[in-house]
Amino acid sequence: MTGLRLKDLRVVIDGRDGPQVPVDGVSLEVGARECVTLLGESGCGKSLTALALMRLLPEGLRIASGEAWLADTNLFALPEKAMRSIRGGRMAMIFQEPMVSLNPVMSIGEQIVESLHVHRGLRGGRAGDEVGRLLLAVGLEPAMAASYPFQLSGGQRQRALIATMLAGEPEVLVADEPTTALDVTVQAQILRLLRRLQHERGMGLLLITHDIDVARDMADRVMVMYAGQMVEWAERERLFERARHPYTRTLLRVLPSARRRGEILEHLAGNVPSLGTGHTGCRFAERCPDAVDRCRAEAPPVHAVGDGHWVRCHLALEPQSARRDTVSAGGRLEPALRIGAPLLEVNDLAVHFPIRRGVFKRTLGWVKAVDGVCLHLAQAETLALVGESGCGKSTLAKAILRLLEPSRGSVRLDGQEITTLRGEALRKRRSQMQIIFQDPYSSLNPRMRVGEILEEGLLSLRPDLDRTARVSRVGALLERVGLERGAARRYPHAFSGGQRQRIAIARALAVGPRLLLCDEPTSALDVSVQAQIINMLKALQDQEGLAYLFITHNLPVVGYLAHRIMVMYRGRIVEEGTTEALFASPLHPYTRLLLDSAPGHGLRAEAITRGDGRVAETGCPYAHRCPMTEARCRSERPILRAVGADRLVACHLVGGD
Amino acid sequence: MNLPFMPVVLWSDALLFLLLGVVLVFVRQVRRHEHLRAPWRQVGRSRLGMASVVVLACYGAIGLLDSLHFRPQLPAEPGQPVQYAAEVSSLFDVLAGPLRGQAEQTYSAPFATRLFVKKSLHLPDGRVTRDYPRLQYGGAHLSSEAERGPDIAVRALWGALSGLGVAAVLWVMAVLWVARRAGLDRARAWSRLWREPAFGGGRSALVTLSVLLVLGGILLHWAGHYHVLGTDKVGQDVLYLALKSIRTGLLIGTLTTLIMLPLALFLGVAAGYFGGRADDVIQYLYTTLNSIPGVLLIAAAVLVAQVYIETNPDLYDTAAARSDLRLVFLCGILGVTSWTGLARLLRGEALKLREQDYIQAARAFGVSRLRILGRHILPNVSHLVLISVVIDFSALVLAEAVLSYVGVGVDPVMASWGNMINGARMELAREPVVWWQLTAAFLFMFTLVLAANLFADGVREAFDPRSGVRA
Amino acid sequence: MYAYVIRRILYAIPILIGVNLLTFALFFVVNTPDDMARIHLGAKHVTAEAIERWKTEHGYDKPLFYNASAEGAARLTDTLFVQKSLRLFAFDFGQADDGRDIGREITTRMWPSLAIALPTFLVGLAVYISFALLLVFFRATYLDVAGVVLCVALMSISGLFYVIGGQYLLGKLWNLVPISGYEPGIDGVKFLILPVLVGVVAGIGDSSRFYRTLFLEEIHKDYVRTARAKGLPERVVLFRHVLGNAMIPILTGVVVVIPRLFLGSLIVESFFGIPGLGSYTIDAIQAQDFAIVRAMVFLGSVLYILGLLLTDLSYTLVDPRVRLE
Repeated sequence: MTGLRLKDLRVVIDGRDGPQVPVDGVSLEVGARECVTLLGESGCGKSLTALALMRLLPEGLRIASGEAWLADTNLFALPEKAMRSIRGGRMAMIFQEPMVSLNPVMSIGEQIVESLHVHRGLRGGRAGDEVGRLLLAVGLEPAMAASYPFQLSGGQRQRALIATMLAGEPEVLVADEPTTALDVTVQAQILRLLRRLQHERGMGLLLITHDIDVARDMADRVMVMYAGQMVEWAERERLFERARHPYTRTLLRVLPSARRRGEILEHLAGNVPSLGTGHTGCRFAERCPDAVDRCRAEAPPVHAVGDGHWVRCHLALEPQSARRDTVSAGGRLEPALRIGAPLLEVNDLAVHFPIRRGVFKRTLGWVKAVDGVCLHLAQAETLALVGESGCGKSTLAKAILRLLEPSRGSVRLDGQEITTLRGEALRKRRSQMQIIFQDPYSSLNPRMRVGEILEEGLLSLRPDLDRTARVSRVGALLERVGLERGAARRYPHAFSGGQRQRIAIARALAVGPRLLLCDEPTSALDVSVQAQIINMLKALQDQEGLAYLFITHNLPVVGYLAHRIMVMYRGRIVEEGTTEALFASPLHPYTRLLLDSAPGHGLRAEAITRGDGRVAETGCPYAHRCPMTEARCRSERPILRAVGADRLVACHLVGGD
Repeated sequence: MNLPFMPVVLWSDALLFLLLGVVLVFVRQVRRHEHLRAPWRQVGRSRLGMASVVVLACYGAIGLLDSLHFRPQLPAEPGQPVQYAAEVSSLFDVLAGPLRGQAEQTYSAPFATRLFVKKSLHLPDGRVTRDYPRLQYGGAHLSSEAERGPDIAVRALWGALSGLGVAAVLWVMAVLWVARRAGLDRARAWSRLWREPAFGGGRSALVTLSVLLVLGGILLHWAGHYHVLGTDKVGQDVLYLALKSIRTGLLIGTLTTLIMLPLALFLGVAAGYFGGRADDVIQYLYTTLNSIPGVLLIAAAVLVAQVYIETNPDLYDTAAARSDLRLVFLCGILGVTSWTGLARLLRGEALKLREQDYIQAARAFGVSRLRILGRHILPNVSHLVLISVVIDFSALVLAEAVLSYVGVGVDPVMASWGNMINGARMELAREPVVWWQLTAAFLFMFTLVLAANLFADGVREAFDPRSGVRA
Repeated sequence: MYAYVIRRILYAIPILIGVNLLTFALFFVVNTPDDMARIHLGAKHVTAEAIERWKTEHGYDKPLFYNASAEGAARLTDTLFVQKSLRLFAFDFGQADDGRDIGREITTRMWPSLAIALPTFLVGLAVYISFALLLVFFRATYLDVAGVVLCVALMSISGLFYVIGGQYLLGKLWNLVPISGYEPGIDGVKFLILPVLVGVVAGIGDSSRFYRTLFLEEIHKDYVRTARAKGLPERVVLFRHVLGNAMIPILTGVVVVIPRLFLGSLIVESFFGIPGLGSYTIDAIQAQDFAIVRAMVFLGSVLYILGLLLTDLSYTLVDPRVRLE
């Protein structure tokens, strides 16, 4: 018997108000060389399942029942000392946040040697050699052993963490959202690395993810979790093609993509039930489109619906046709307003931050966060700004809003220059543009009532309104974003992430803007909730002609929502074009890399990229990563120029002039 | 109108009542806001926290009673204008009448009937002998000294019983209240109050109060007839001194905060939020102040203040007003020298908050800086302020003792634990030791500071977002 | 890194000037030399001549900033500000009211202070950290709860009682060590035991509890989970990973006080009759000798700033992020 078997795991939190059960009867198997993906939204208990397997549950949580077998070893019966030799030895685990998962004051080499010493008794020179081998295996230079975590990029840290965990030559590797915190390009690299290592070493891989596309790329088998239970599991192909559980089926349909343009996305009402909610019937019944009375009264058993395909649903065995599945999701929505007059024009905008060094903190250089960006945006248009983290897209948005002072360039709103406005004049223009932030938890002041939050903009920008007018407007806004009027009296903590994002949108809408800057507005949300927000944004645009500058790294959302796309790299635009054209034929090598890295396409062949390096001061900023770099790329900076109709590219190699 | 006394409002009294007003406004504010009420409710459920609240409230009540000052009318000579005593008394002095008046000649041990030192006694037959004389008040009601033991025990019993009686009334009232609130019959309400974890805080408060009532009852029955904690060098009752010291300790702990808080809040938040030049100047200010050893800075300022008081006798009319002025100066100096810690904390927090999305959103609305400070920054640092205020309180009470010892504390004639310790220290070399003054100061101080520390722990746990994560 | 150190040193200059101005303002402007003379002479002897005589004797008979009666540069230099305040920068502390040279007093008295303060500091640090680690090792058990309660109780006792209690128990009741006194050299060790012990015990509640919080904060970080996931024993996790990282915040509080150890402790020295700088200061305060107080204030600031500098340097030892940037 090889591999990992978990039977009927229950994890319990002994709270003041009685025990809660975040993981309730989970069973799974991971064979050798097999990749099993545990798929589920936040709070469904998938990470706790993994930590329970390692017996690393946080304080206050305990394994109440269940059995875990690693080959012939009963993990839950082992004494702690013996379990230690399993951890990082026969079974290892990597974590979500590579930025904080490594000890900041120890070098990478020291951290790997610790493992080598504990599990393989290696020390000194032999350990040093092995560290080099491990680093090579994960695609890092052996010389990096002397580096400290802060000197590495996110992807490099994740590789280093993987090397640490490979040191004990594990039979099973548990990876808890290993790429969630990483850029999409790096994510693809890490996923490929994991798959390669799994095959080379014959490891079992338990991959925990919330990303359906990652599961699609990686899994041999997929297990879907909801509210602490497995609701469906099957071989990958079967699950993606013949999912039976309503939850799985909705999950597969809520994802936006270029194909779905113009459709109203299907979405799940409500939220994942919070911990400790008493369950009588099916845990999904409240949000289930197909639920019948029995679902609410009686907990469903697990039904086998095919070879290795199991579903926890009362309706699993009923014939497919009887179900509402045939009803199409939501129909189409025709925009009431067409893309209209130009609204925003940005010319040669730059934001430079000084680098100060030395005794007197003289300015020695500049970080060019945004370096000469031009863009234009019309009424009812969505322009997507795409790029890796740190490319300057959020800085650009803040500079347009004058939350940061631009170093040079012009921003014109409705033809009026706003970079030179001061005081009252600037304030008047502010009602025209508003911003929605990524994190709905830090974007609402926890000490203010929702009503006060929504009124804030009105007080500042619409002093003409009196109290009753403000209150009625707040009520109307709340209804418009799908919340009750009563929400105004409550505090943000009473709302879920999706609801908070609605409040944030209502706040921005309160002052009647014509342009919304959306800074990754859905990336902190679960996919089932993401669809609600995207639908809402789309409807607002169609009805009122709002223009969106949509900042994101999520390409499917871009494909669904955007009219045009701008790709940004290190403070500059490298390619711009309509969504259809750019998706169909990306011209800049960086755009190609971005598109190829997006998960869900079976991890295309080793991407066209080389390692990170120093960016040259002259030449193309992408030259150090570009696989096609020529001499000219290093000496001359490419400018953004038209290639065909409606396409701009900044690359020497494109267009062949 | 012709009152039998002339009310006197000392500087510290005025400030204390101002502080009380601020606290009441704060309480009103808390009651109206759910997010402020919730953590206090958590404090209310904590058993140690509530027990310490009761202890603190008792200290506070004594301190407040001792802050209602007046000058009693002197027996009027016919035809003369009304005269008032030069000595300032407080409501507490009136209540503790016998303790205050019954001064012996010098040291006497707790419950003693005789003085601690030998004196020349003139016997009735005219001979002179050296012996320990009987006390003038302590145990004076006893017909023979042999009755002392039983008398103490009987009085303790009566005292305990009367305390228990009052406590029983309180418990009954609590049960009735629970019964009415929850609509239960009394037996059910009782078992609920006694068992349910949700009532843990209230239960422990009641138990603490009962214990204090019993102790108070016993003390009350003893105090008129014995010097329960002995007498000091000039024969004053040590229990009375220790109780009088409560006001001094409380004032130092609270008035300092009143002075320090606006400074710390304004400078700390301004440095963090505005940054740039303002930040540089404020940082320079607090690094400079911080660089001077604390006690020395306080000592230097107190020495200067002392000279100032001495050279400006028109600032006060009574001796009490004079030592009070010194106390207020001391609080002011402690306040001015101790704002740096909190200011630094607030600066860091404001620096973090400045980058929060909701503040960026407010800026995108063109909300003015002042409004952002008031609506967004201040409410979000208030928990830090509260935590640091309750933590500082106990530190300040302890600091008073050290400063008084160094000679830069409160006026030497003012009742304070520091002065009690200072006075008793010299007598430690005596054989047998005069231990009761130290013990009294220790007990009273320790109880207050321990209660304050436990309360601070409860507050921190309830208000600090990080402690929630840890749980 | 050198630029960093130089910048810190340059930064110290305005702070010292600030301290200097502040003390000058306190002692010469708010409170004039005339006031000083009056206090020292006592109410009975205050006459205008007596005050002038006292001021001349002690060198206070000069204008504050501008001496109109002097010649040339002396108009500016022969003033109280330059003579009494600016001279501190050259560590020229002048004379005490009893005529002794303050600088010499400081150099002889700092050694006894250090003899008490340094062992107290080192033993204390070791004890506090070990105790805190012990509590963290037994976290969320009754042992931990009891330890924390003990800490809170210990920190609720005034430092004076630790001294008095220590002297009474160990010195008087059990006769183990001398109650007070000081002797240089190896024979003096017996005099050091009690003050050091008292100093250590007095700080145990406060410091151990603080360190415990620091450790707990570290122990809930992700890298600690990684260390456990590697299969490291709890001992290694605690000592190598948690302690290594917690050293950074601990250093901030600890290193800054090292130079100030020279100043000694006011309370301990005066109770135990140790002829150090602490008792020197306390005597000066009680005798209202402003010259000594001013000298000590200035010296204290210099040592504090030195401490800040040492703190910054010590970061480079424990934190690679600072060392390699």
